[in-house]
Amino acid sequence: MSDSNSKSGIPVVGLRRRIVDVLATIAAGGAVLLVLVPLIAIFGYLVYKGFGALNWAFLTQTPKPVGEAGGGMANAIGGSILILGIASLIGVPLGIGAGIYLAEYGRGRFGDLIRFTADVLNGVPSIVIGIVGYSIVVLTQKHFSALAGGTALAIMMVPTITRTTEEMLLLVPIQVREAAYGLGVSRWRTTISITLRTATSGVITGVMLAFARIAGETAPLLFTAFGNQFWNWKVNQPTAALPLQIFTYAISPFDEWHRQAWAGALILIVLIVLAVTAVRIAAGRGMLKGVT
Amino acid sequence: MANRALGAPQLSGPELISRREITSETVTQPALLIPEKSSAWADRTFHAAMLACGAAVLVIVGLIVYELVTKGQLAWHAFGWRFFVTHDWDPVNDQFGALPFVYGTLVSSILALIISVPLAIGVAVFITEMSPRWLRSGLAFTTELLAAIPSVIYGLWAIFVLVPLLREYVEPFLGKYFGWTGLFEGAPYGIGMLAAGVILAIMIIPIVSAITREVMTAVPQQQREAVLALGATRWEMIRMGVLRNARAGIVGGIILGLGRALGETMAVTMVIGNRAEVAKSLFAPGYTMASVIANEFSEATGDLYLSSLVQIGLALFLVTIVVNILAQLLVWTVTRGTPARGNV
Repeated sequence: MSDSNSKSGIPVVGLRRRIVDVLATIAAGGAVLLVLVPLIAIFGYLVYKGFGALNWAFLTQTPKPVGEAGGGMANAIGGSILILGIASLIGVPLGIGAGIYLAEYGRGRFGDLIRFTADVLNGVPSIVIGIVGYSIVVLTQKHFSALAGGTALAIMMVPTITRTTEEMLLLVPIQVREAAYGLGVSRWRTTISITLRTATSGVITGVMLAFARIAGETAPLLFTAFGNQFWNWKVNQPTAALPLQIFTYAISPFDEWHRQAWAGALILIVLIVLAVTAVRIAAGRGMLKGVT
Repeated sequence: MANRALGAPQLSGPELISRREITSETVTQPALLIPEKSSAWADRTFHAAMLACGAAVLVIVGLIVYELVTKGQLAWHAFGWRFFVTHDWDPVNDQFGALPFVYGTLVSSILALIISVPLAIGVAVFITEMSPRWLRSGLAFTTELLAAIPSVIYGLWAIFVLVPLLREYVEPFLGKYFGWTGLFEGAPYGIGMLAAGVILAIMIIPIVSAITREVMTAVPQQQREAVLALGATRWEMIRMGVLRNARAGIVGGIILGLGRALGETMAVTMVIGNRAEVAKSLFAPGYTMASVIANEFSEATGDLYLSSLVQIGLALFLVTIVVNILAQLLVWTVTRGTPARGNV
C-alpha cells in the first residue's frame, strides 16, 4: 500500500497509486466513448431515417394537406435560402465592418466597449433575439415576414463575424501595412486591398462559422418568419424555413410528417456539415495557418 | 478639395505625395504613386463607415434592452417581483406568475450540468493529456461536431430515440431502485424534466469540454514536468499539475455551459412536456422560460399576456448575460496570465 523503496533505492510507485492511475485513464477514455455514442447515434439515425424518406417529391413539392401522403419541403428549402440570404446580406458586411473598426481603429476604451458588447450579444439566447426581431420588424410591418426572420438571424451572425474578423486582421503583420503606406497607398485602400485581402481565408472562416450557426436556428424564426405551407419569395410575407418545418412536423402526431422531418433534418445537417468542412479545408490551406 | 494643402495628420502616405508636388516636375513617376485626388476625404469616410458598423453592435444590444424593458413594462407594473415567485399561469384570467418556468429552467440546466461536467472534463483530459498524438485532432474535431448539430435536430432525435429509451429502460430502472428519493416517482412517460436534462447535457458537452481543453493547454508545460519529476503518476500529474492550475478556467467553462443550457429553446421544448407545474419528480413534465416564449408568444392575445412573456425574456436575457460575463472572467484568469507558449 505504501510507497516502499525497492532495493536499488529508486522509488517505486505503489500499487494503489498505479491502480488509481489506470482507473483514471479508463474513466477518461470511457467518457470519450460515452460522448461518441450520442454523436454516432444522431448521425446514424439521420442517415438511416432521412434517406428512407428522401425522394424527388420531397425536394420539389410543397407540403400536402394532413392525411395525404407525399408532398415535400421544397418551399421550406427555398424559404431558408431566402431568409439566410437576407441575414447574410445584412450581417456579413456589418460584422466585417465592425471587425475592421476594432482591428484598425478600435484601440481605445470605445473599442473595448464594442468588444465587450459583441461578446454579450454572442451569449444572448436565440429566443430573445426572436422577441426583438418581432418587436422591431414584425410590429412595424404588421406582418410576419422573411425580412423579420433574416434580421433576427443577422443579429446572431454579427458578433461571431466581428470577433473572428478582428482576430484575423490583427494576425496580419504591421509591416505589411507599412509597406503599403510606403508605396503611397491610402489607409482605406490598404485596409481593403492589403490587410483584408491577406486575411481573407480567416475572415471567410468566421463568416462560414456564423452561417453554420444560424442555418439551423429555429427559435428566432418562430414568430418572425413564422412559416408557410406554400411557396413565397416575397420579402414581406410569412416564409417557410427548413428548421421550422422540421419542428412543426416533429411535434405533429402524423407518421408521414415524422418521416419528412427526418428527411428535412438530413438535408439541413448535410448543408451545415458541408459548410463546416469547407471551413476546415479553407482554414487549413489558408495563408494564415494555425488559426481556427 | 480645399483642404488638400492641409493634408491630414495621419500615418498614411498619399497626402504627403500629393499631386501638386510631384506631377508638375517628375513626369516619369509611375502612375500608381500619383493619387488622383487627396485620399483624406476617402479615408475619413471609410473610418466613419467602419465606426458606424462597430457602433451598430452597441445599437443592437441597446435595442434589445430597450424593446425588452418597454414591452415588459406592463407585466412589471402589474406584478412586480411577485411575477417570479407565484405559480399561476392563467391567460384566461390575466394572472401570470413565472415560477414554474424559472423552476423548470433551473432544474433542467442543473441536471444537464450534473450529467455533462464529469464527461466533458473526462473528454478534455483524455484529449489533451492521454490521447496518442495521431488521435488528438480527430477526437477534438469529432466532439466539436456535436456543437454544430442544430438544436431542432437534437429535439427530433430526442423525441424519437431518446424519449422511448428513457421510457422503456432508464426510467423504470430509476423508479425501481431510486424511487425512494422522490426524484424518480410517477409514471415513466419518457417526456419530462429528465429527458430535457439529458438532451441539454449532450448539447453542452462540446462547449464545456472545448473550454476545459483550452485552459488545460494554457497550463505551462513546466508545471507538468515539475510534478512528474517528483515521482507522480500520470493521473497525479494531471490532478495536481494541470487540473488544479486550470481550476478557475474549468469553472468558467462549466458556467458558460450553464449559460447555454439556460437559454436553449427548441430541443427542450420538444421533450420537456410543456406543463406549467412545479413537481419534485424528474419524470414529471415541466416547462422552461425559453419554451414558454417559443410556444405561446405568437398566439398570445392580450397585452398583459404578451408583456408577461417579454418579461420572462428580459429575465432570461439578464441572467444569461451575468452568467456569460462571470464565465468569461474566470476563463481569462487562467488563459490571460499565461506567457506565450513555445518560448522554451
